[in-house]
Amino acid sequence: MKPLFLRGGTLIDPSQRLNGVGDLLVADGVIAASGHGINAPEDAEVIDCDGLVVSPGFIDVHCHLREPGREDVETIATGAKAAAAGGFTAVCAMPNTDPVTDNQAAVGFIVRQAQRAQAARVYPIGAISLGQEGKVLAEFGEMVGAGAVAVSDDGKPVASAQLMRTALEYARTFRIPVIDHCEEPTLSAGGSMNEGIVSARLGLKGIPPEAEEIMVIRDILLARLSGGHVHLAHVSTKGSVELIRWGKDRGINVTAEVCPHHLSLTEERVRGYDTNAKMNPPLRTEKDCEALRQAVKDGTIDVIATDHAPHHYDEKEREFADAPNGIVGLETALAVIVTNLVEKGYIGFPDLVDRMACTPARLFNLPGGSLKRGTAADVTVFDPKARWTVDASQFTSKGRNTPYNGMTLVGRAACTIVAGSVVYRSGMPVRGREGGGTRKQTKRAKG
Amino acid sequence: MTGTLGKDLLGLESLTGEQIRLILDTAEPFKEISERAIKKVPALRGSTIVNLFFENSTRTRISFEFAEKRLSADTVNVSATGSSVSKGETLVDTARNLEAMRIDMVVIRHSASGAAKFLADRIQSNVINAGDGTHEHPTQGLLDILTLRDRFGDLKGRRVCICGDILHSRVARSNIWGLTKLGAEVAVCGPRSLLPNAIDEFGVKIFDRVEEAIEWAEALNVLRLQFERMTAGYIPSAREYNRVFGISRERLDRAQRDILILHPGPMNRGVEIDSDVADGPHSVILDQVTNGVAVRMAVLYLLAGGKPELAEAAKGGSSRRRKEKE
Repeated sequence: MKPLFLRGGTLIDPSQRLNGVGDLLVADGVIAASGHGINAPEDAEVIDCDGLVVSPGFIDVHCHLREPGREDVETIATGAKAAAAGGFTAVCAMPNTDPVTDNQAAVGFIVRQAQRAQAARVYPIGAISLGQEGKVLAEFGEMVGAGAVAVSDDGKPVASAQLMRTALEYARTFRIPVIDHCEEPTLSAGGSMNEGIVSARLGLKGIPPEAEEIMVIRDILLARLSGGHVHLAHVSTKGSVELIRWGKDRGINVTAEVCPHHLSLTEERVRGYDTNAKMNPPLRTEKDCEALRQAVKDGTIDVIATDHAPHHYDEKEREFADAPNGIVGLETALAVIVTNLVEKGYIGFPDLVDRMACTPARLFNLPGGSLKRGTAADVTVFDPKARWTVDASQFTSKGRNTPYNGMTLVGRAACTIVAGSVVYRSGMPVRGREGGGTRKQTKRAKG
Repeated sequence: MTGTLGKDLLGLESLTGEQIRLILDTAEPFKEISERAIKKVPALRGSTIVNLFFENSTRTRISFEFAEKRLSADTVNVSATGSSVSKGETLVDTARNLEAMRIDMVVIRHSASGAAKFLADRIQSNVINAGDGTHEHPTQGLLDILTLRDRFGDLKGRRVCICGDILHSRVARSNIWGLTKLGAEVAVCGPRSLLPNAIDEFGVKIFDRVEEAIEWAEALNVLRLQFERMTAGYIPSAREYNRVFGISRERLDRAQRDILILHPGPMNRGVEIDSDVADGPHSVILDQVTNGVAVRMAVLYLLAGGKPELAEAAKGGSSRRRKEKE
């Protein structure tokens, strides 16, 4: 493997308070040197990074790659390549596959498929309970042994407080977070958008913010009781932010993530019954959006994650209440954050890199997250000023279900490097790390 | 390409007061047609209309069918059972297939909120919403308003209270938007568990007690209580509902003035409304049904491109039907 020499970019690495123009040398899969006056080895491939930001690779701790089970919608290979195209060097795949990723064999399958894909790294998340049924604890130990980095019952949140307590306690042994999608199921049943004036006007059953907040506070209290690490997925309400702040102030081991869409879109987007504005948790109000942006800024929310959820065109092309929840996000996340948080002055690029790269690596105990010498060479190079218009038909992901289609956004990945290999370079076809066994992408239905 | 209503009638929320008045004014001359021995004018001769009913309906469907036939349109009724829908065909495929048969309008009733808009966005034919989930039922709202206007004249400042399950009622929503746009004062009254949480933002008065509503109102529009609300746990029983919220003679008498009684039907006698009220002197429930045909004729006529000022003439016989749609 040839060394890579990233010349003249703005190196931003909050893990070592680095923010300035310099060079980065990558060799043997690790960061070899950074700063000024480094000499490029003769055999190095030189990448000109003038005007670009060079940062630790982005890590998405929440995505759905649909394999096994729904390979028509996404595969680990297409998802990992879409991630690379979005500037992500690693993603964590949720276990709501078919069959559910609730045992070591299933975890091992994802690890192997990801190796074949040779794009972004894919870390499996195991289920908390067998079949995500909320009854019997899955074998965390064996799943972690096979490569799982966290556990979650994802969209079928653990209703039993006792099971959640046990999961938090048991997970301590393996030092992994328990991720919870906070939703009190009896309050949210049948809901398809935020409960409020818009749902009342549209005649759609709403999901009140309290359905999330009740479980947020339950989980925070259970983290206190158990001493375990609870990571709250896709927080969407102002109330949740306040509860998380309350928990953190008391030293409880709670961390949280927020999705780009909850930071940039509101329930108003549902008017017209656009199913690409349907996700769970739903888009909330401007007041919630603002509270979430402030929480990203002050660090109450630790991580930005995509909740990338591809769906088939036909499944979204239907009556609102019957359409599935979720949107794709891997290829728009960076731009949505730059456009809505950086350009609007909520955060600077160091905070963006912290929430998208450093903190995810630290919380989930993953390689990367830093440009320090000797760290795994997972590096994202992005153009902070690139202005582009989202065209879902050009996505690398098989999913086209995005509410951002046609919008002009700022910020775009230029080059994604995983373990010292370029897996994505803008303007060039997405390629694998090395050879790899990935099949040719199949033509897909119109988007 | 279409009249002053636009291509479709999806709800009253998106209409202006002027457009609502236009429909009501256009309905006036059409009322008379139904009183004739030969109840037919050729205004929509040669037009094809499909009544696409994914939900059961007696009154609305028959009312639309009469309206269409009295305007001389060719109509076809499609119901969800026994059609391709029961074989799993999607809404959009059903619609596109119908359109391929070169139809002019679709009247759709569907259990999903937004279904009429979904269809309207995807086909070129005019779409009329005959009730979509818990969203809107614009022609019901219009016929209620026409009935009130018959009695009150101008609705400005008139006090109308809608009683019952506002949360799940498309009739309530259409009435609220339509009435407020015409300047009426609107209130709602029902158990809080059957009012939307955001009802405060609708710009209506709220009465928790039906006695207070009666005290205030000049007209009550009494909604049907769906029995599935009890099984879903929104209220404990029909018996208690009647005792707390039922419109009875005794309650009305206490107001010591005449209060107009409307009900979109079908009624649960002895639940939301007592028989002596439903059949009493101030009930206009059957007038609503009569007006339903005239209002639907007006909507069909206007969407087809009919000139409102010619509605009177249309009665006489001249056929006006746009064909410039393609």
